[in-house]
Amino acid sequence: MKAIVNVFLKAGVLDSQGKAVHHALDSLHFEGVEDVRIGKQIVLQLSHTDKEKAMAEVEKMCEEILANTVIEDYNIELV
Amino acid sequence: MKVAVLQFPGTNCELDTVYAFEKLGAQTQIVWHKEESLPEDTDLLVVAGGFSYGDYLRSGAIAKFSPVMKAVKEYAANGGKVLGICNGFQVLTEAGLLPGALKRNEGLHFISKHHHLKVENNDNIFLEKLNKGDVVNIPIAHHDGNYYIDDAGFKELEANNQILLRYTDENGNISNPNGSVGSIAGVCNKEKNVFGLMPHPERAMEEVLGSADGVAMLEGFLA
Repeated sequence: MKAIVNVFLKAGVLDSQGKAVHHALDSLHFEGVEDVRIGKQIVLQLSHTDKEKAMAEVEKMCEEILANTVIEDYNIELV
Repeated sequence: MKVAVLQFPGTNCELDTVYAFEKLGAQTQIVWHKEESLPEDTDLLVVAGGFSYGDYLRSGAIAKFSPVMKAVKEYAANGGKVLGICNGFQVLTEAGLLPGALKRNEGLHFISKHHHLKVENNDNIFLEKLNKGDVVNIPIAHHDGNYYIDDAGFKELEANNQILLRYTDENGNISNPNGSVGSIAGVCNKEKNVFGLMPHPERAMEEVLGSADGVAMLEGFLA
């Protein structure tokens, strides 16, 4: 199975890249964009067969290295 | 005085750091990240600047798992003095030895220039040779120098005199190049034995190269 991990700056932590892209969208006259957040996606190919175990393992990875929880939030999707 | 200087793959300021401390009369030794212990009788451990592991994932994120970091943590926990410069500061925050984190600069550009800094607190060994309010001229060179800490953490830093330096202009008025919270350029831990800063004092050792203000900073460790 695959784990798809999305890592984003926490709400309230200024996302300079998101802001710059938001400005760019505005200047291209795209309307209706209220906010832009830029993050990263990490895709892990896992050999696990047990979803629960895999989820626990990936959560641990996020806490230890994949995200810096001082400034970032993450979410995990198993597919 | 024995100074150990950490070297990860991608570190590129270790020789400048060695030069700076030897100029001040210290003995130095470069320590490769695969080492599992620090040289005996190390008086100061410097985590030098650069781009450890290519800044992959986040600056300093992968270096924190290098074999030597276990020894670094033990050394710091036993009161050993640690100084992280630039990427070294990022490594120390990632490793949890210093509070906060370093984000991409607010303007998104890599900034490389001389900048003025104001000494915020000098009740620590690092800055004791300087006076509170002194303004020094030190080069900065970073892409991820935007120091972040939440409100509660910031108040704690202020209350414990953990803010070492702030970015200012030459008159000591706040002038923030990278968007850091409180214009912070450097902090220390609560116990005041672990120090981190984005600017490069080891590059400010010679007037002919633009500034020798780094001398008074690094000299603090030689006392």
